[in-house]
Amino acid sequence: MVEKESPYKKYLREERLPHIFCPGCGNGTVMSTFFKGLEGTDIDFENIAMVSGIGCSSRIPGYAKCDSLHTTHGRALSFATGLKVGNPDLDVVVFTGDGDAASIGGNHLIHAARRNINLTVICINNNIYGMTGGQISPTSPKGSFGTTAPYGSRDKPFNLAELVSAAGASYVARWTTTHPLQLSKAIQKGLENEGFSFIEVVSQCPTYYGRKNKMKTPLQMFEWIKENSINKRRAEKMEESELEGKIIVGEFANKPHAALTDNIKTLAEENSDKPLAIKSAFEELD
Amino acid sequence: MIIIDSKLCKGCDICIATCPKKVYSKSDKVNTKNVYLPFPENEEGCTKCGLCEVSCPDQAIYVEKEVE
Amino acid sequence: MVEERFVQGNEACALGAIAANCRFFAGYPITPSTEIAEQMSILLPKYGGSFVQMEDEIGSAGAIIGASWSGMKAMTATSGPGISLMQENIGYGFITETPIVIINVQRGSPSTGQPTMSAQADMMQVRWGSHGDYEPIALAPSSVQEFFDFTIKAFNLAEEYRVPVTVLADEVVGHMREKLIIPDKVDIVARKRPEKVNGQYLPFDAPEDGTTPMPAFGDGFNIHVTGLTHDERGYPDTNDPDTHNELVERLCNKVLMRRKDICSVKKENCDDADIVIVSCGSPYCSVGAAMKKAREEGIKVGSLKIDTPWPFPEEEIAEIAKTASDIIVPEMNLGQLVHEVERAAHGEANVHLIGKIGGILHKPDEIYDKIKEING
Ligand SMILES: Cc1ncc(C[n+]2csc(CCOP(=O)(O)OP(=O)(O)O)c2C)c(N)n1
Ligand code: SF4
Ligand code: SF4
Ligand code: SF4
Ligand SMILES: [Mg+2]
Repeated sequence: MVEKESPYKKYLREERLPHIFCPGCGNGTVMSTFFKGLEGTDIDFENIAMVSGIGCSSRIPGYAKCDSLHTTHGRALSFATGLKVGNPDLDVVVFTGDGDAASIGGNHLIHAARRNINLTVICINNNIYGMTGGQISPTSPKGSFGTTAPYGSRDKPFNLAELVSAAGASYVARWTTTHPLQLSKAIQKGLENEGFSFIEVVSQCPTYYGRKNKMKTPLQMFEWIKENSINKRRAEKMEESELEGKIIVGEFANKPHAALTDNIKTLAEENSDKPLAIKSAFEELD
Repeated sequence: MIIIDSKLCKGCDICIATCPKKVYSKSDKVNTKNVYLPFPENEEGCTKCGLCEVSCPDQAIYVEKEVE
Repeated sequence: MVEERFVQGNEACALGAIAANCRFFAGYPITPSTEIAEQMSILLPKYGGSFVQMEDEIGSAGAIIGASWSGMKAMTATSGPGISLMQENIGYGFITETPIVIINVQRGSPSTGQPTMSAQADMMQVRWGSHGDYEPIALAPSSVQEFFDFTIKAFNLAEEYRVPVTVLADEVVGHMREKLIIPDKVDIVARKRPEKVNGQYLPFDAPEDGTTPMPAFGDGFNIHVTGLTHDERGYPDTNDPDTHNELVERLCNKVLMRRKDICSVKKENCDDADIVIVSCGSPYCSVGAAMKKAREEGIKVGSLKIDTPWPFPEEEIAEIAKTASDIIVPEMNLGQLVHEVERAAHGEANVHLIGKIGGILHKPDEIYDKIKEING
């Protein structure tokens, strides 16, 4: 019998639904695109372990029916590093926000990218701190409003996809919640890439970003993101001034190279005749 | 067949905006959860592309792909 | 085969970790703990283990918690400034009941302080450093052998109680060189996999006799672990006062109720003692000589060495206070553990602090002089 429900619901902890996200929040869409991307790979959902920090976006793993670690603000990547190195057989996926990944967690982000640790990071960039009520974030566009930028932000934001590419990640893409098919394809590629994969998803926080920036409904935000997106190939032929305030979407890096876990495994093989230790806590020694 | 789960839908209208075939319309009455549910007014136009399913932030849409 | 070696305390710690089956280390260099990280980077690959030099101590604490949930015995080592940075994630370790071992080789503080000098600067930081109510377990070695033994014990306690355990060493113990005996067999506590009952498993349940067994991620239990207040399934439930009460009280009680099993002290000459020297960690090194000198003069001096500053051995101190008139507490700080001693003594004995900072361990005569002063 076919269950008459969304094909993505089977991955969720039904007893926890509906989730806490506001109406029209992009987080829920990212959840479904993740599952769609996963379905394109041969990875078993049972083998997925999710890790997140703190923020609305970081609540996603709590709804997925797999092992999940909801950690401290900004630190998801360091917990994920331990989890992945501890057991390289797990497929570890990190859900994070713009504040979580790029502000308080910025140092972990560039170092995880540098090490090319085999994680898939999905960074939901809603250009604001959603969970704490709409403060400015390191990706808030110049001139945008937040509760801590009542006169409009004067700072230049981070370009996350470029930052993470420069730091050494082997797969980087940026899409938006208005590109669910391209986004799930990028997530699929990220999951398949054996190294650090960073997928930035420009997303809508209608409740705070929208309300503070003259977009009252989720739809207005959705349309704004859609209209401002420009494919990377097209953008490369445009002037910088034409690209002001635009969201450049596409692939930013795709250059596989040795991942941290491979290096650790090789080191152990060179120095020991034992296999790489996993789950050492459960071993009874005699 | 398209089914909207009224227990999960939060009435954001993203399905209405996403559907390339303009299948959805908004109902004019609120349900018990104070939500104006969308409904597939123009279901014949549906190509079963699945875009609305994956876009719905609340996993509230089911589009039947093939009859068993 | 029993092995005898002449090693530095920090090296003994690393050897203890390996003996306890620790196969994951994440850390960030800091004096005077760095040799532990260096040793682990040499040893782990030889045992098929993994070493990661993290970008900072916040990351190190996060990484060992992640590694613990992957099923590994995991450890980090640091000193004052690093311990300060780790506090938020250590609190996460408590609320999520994650077994991890943290080695703190204390140094002169506050701030960057005296990197190469010794202190007992963090006796209270390990007790109260992270926000909220929790009951930490800490062990304080005073010799190279104890640094080895206590590191193994720390892993065992971490597994048994599902808590972060700290080894509170200091620069003196970290850098001293002594004979170390490595037994051919050490007792280690292995993690037990839970069983599903009627297809169900509650990772944060409260069995009466202690701690719920935890699975590794990937074992098929599909659990959610969060630092938010959560119910026995691990699901966040942050607005119900009862859920919070039950959780935090259970976390505290699982240690407090078995304090007697955890607490360890070493008593010498206490039965007839008028004056007892209560020491913890390296100041104990100077206690023996002071006690001997005083005894030779007919002053009845005893010693109580605290192996486990946390949970604090209340009963043991209370007992001493009933029979002794005076308690001397030599500490390499301006008075931290002494407040606990006073509290536990309930005014039944006079408590005297010999607080010393600057980096040099108390000389036996400094303790002896205090004995003489009290003896009149
Ligand atoms: C150490 C620490 N500082 C601050 C906070 C408060 N805090 C919670 S979420 C958050 C920002 C989240 O923003 P983002 O990562 O963009 O996630 P979003 O809610 O927008 O998805 C902050 C500052 C915290 N939980 N911990
Ligand atoms: S506050 Fe913003 S980011 Fe958070 S759930 Fe609501 S819409 Fe989403
Ligand atoms: S996208 Fe989903 S939640 Fe939003 S209105 Fe449509 S069915 Fe409801
Ligand atoms: S499946 Fe495609 S065509 Fe059909 S309603 Fe959904 S979006 Fe429209
Ligand atoms: Mg955000």
